[in-house]
Amino acid sequence: MKGWLLHHRQAALQAFRRLAATPLNTVLGALVLGIALALPAGGEMLLANFQRLAQRVAATPQISVFMALDAGRKEVAEVESRLRRHAQTREVSLVPREETLKRLKESEGLGEVIDSLPRNPFPDAFVVVPRTETPEALEAMRAEFAQYPKVEHVQLDSAWVRKLDALLRLARLVVTLLATVLGVALVAITFNTIRLQILTQRDEIEVSRLLGATDAFIRRPFFYFGALQGLAGGLVAWLAVLGATLLLRGPVGELAGLYGIDFSLHILPLADSLMLLGLSALLGLAGAWISLRRHLSS
Amino acid sequence: MIRFDSVSKRYPGGIAALAELTFAVESGEMIVLSGHSGAGKTTLLKLIPAIERPTQGSVIVNGQNVATLKRAAVPYLRRNIGMVFQDQKLLHDRSVFENVMLPLAIAGVAVRDAGRRVRAALDKVGLLEREKAMPVALSGGEQQRLAIARAVVARPSILIADEPTAHLDDDTARDIAAMFHAFNQVGVTVLVATHHEALFAPYMTRRITLAHGRVVS
Ligand SMILES: Nc1ncnc2c1ncn2[C@@H]1O[C@H](COP(=O)(O)OP(=O)(O)OP(=O)(O)O)[C@@H](O)[C@H]1O
Ligand SMILES: [Mg+2]
Repeated sequence: MKGWLLHHRQAALQAFRRLAATPLNTVLGALVLGIALALPAGGEMLLANFQRLAQRVAATPQISVFMALDAGRKEVAEVESRLRRHAQTREVSLVPREETLKRLKESEGLGEVIDSLPRNPFPDAFVVVPRTETPEALEAMRAEFAQYPKVEHVQLDSAWVRKLDALLRLARLVVTLLATVLGVALVAITFNTIRLQILTQRDEIEVSRLLGATDAFIRRPFFYFGALQGLAGGLVAWLAVLGATLLLRGPVGELAGLYGIDFSLHILPLADSLMLLGLSALLGLAGAWISLRRHLSS
Repeated sequence: MIRFDSVSKRYPGGIAALAELTFAVESGEMIVLSGHSGAGKTTLLKLIPAIERPTQGSVIVNGQNVATLKRAAVPYLRRNIGMVFQDQKLLHDRSVFENVMLPLAIAGVAVRDAGRRVRAALDKVGLLEREKAMPVALSGGEQQRLAIARAVVARPSILIADEPTAHLDDDTARDIAAMFHAFNQVGVTVLVATHHEALFAPYMTRRITLAHGRVVS
């Protein structure tokens, strides 16, 4: 057990020494891997942020119920009481058509247009906050409300939430594909680096074998080398994404502010960061493993 | 300790390097292997640590048959055999100290212990002051002594050497021969293939002479 630990320490030290022996190669290698990995890592960072935003919005789904223009007071009151009695509604608020008109008149630029209208074009409307959040239940409520007398149109906010969700799912797929392709690239790059390492260490490998080194002893430093190189690439990618996040934070916040959204870009979540570093080390290890199998058979 | 039983070795390409070789070496012997160039001395030595495998017959080393030894067991066989190669096989990007350290690192000897043993081995071959030097900075004789220090540092029970005095002047060659004698004196079984028989004659317990892959005396 002690010997085992010793061997691992020696192998790790040796891998470090080999990396340090060619600093330029090491730095360039880490940069190449880092830039490749920064693409999916950056995508993941954006995705995590949008998901957070989408969750916040989707957390309070609303249903807008628009009355017909010719609906009378009585009919509006009737729909209101039915909405309030409904088991699945949490909150119901009436937005009278006069108020909608008034609000739009006050808003810039629209005043004159509204004034020129012969009559109020807006219907009475209800904003319903449901108790449920599942898309199916919301859809059922929409269909039910649409059947109420003098209800012209029911709009489910979850429709665009669902669209956003689909968009995010697509983006997640793109990021996953990107990560797969560039992960394969990382394995291939490590494969080649280890191949070159084996070539330059040929004498040492031969002599070590003659002196009684096991295959494991000979392979171990290369495994560490591959894993360390992968890890260095992951670290570069992480730093690149961090830099991009900090640079974009200000402009993105301002942009969101223009749309009245309170939103600031967060750095890559801890779990994703650890996954990035762990995965890049693991892929480096895999590249080393394949290379050793291929180039260190006899 | 070492036993060859009708051993033949044919290299790919059909050259029969050794034919029907039978002999035994007892523990503590110092054997000189002689014979003309191409007689099969190097081939014979390579069979002992399983660098080459016999085409026929059995080679028993420390009770194990090298002819049928599993690949995974070979490293452990080699750790008990010190080897001085014809071309030395030093690592030129490592210092004298690190070269001698290698067998101990392979055997998993703890670092502090190993450092002490490396210095003891370097002391025995008179290279203690050169421990930080790189092999290229050593003379031919010093490089040969470095190779010997690396061969004995792990305290093997068998020491084999292939032309350890080639390309050395007479005085240096004599020193090297005496060094092998000293290791033999502390119980190491020594096999030396050499053209300089006279140098080793005073120390050897026996000579094995090969001609065309057969023992002639
Ligand atoms: N790897 C090899 N492949 C093919 N033939 C070989 C190989 N090694 C040695 N031989 C042949 O085997 C025979 C014995 O060679 P070996 O090297 O054992 O002789 P030697 O006694 O050590 O000679 P020298 O004194 O010149 O070192 C020679 O005919 C040689 O050409
Ligand atoms: Mg020879």
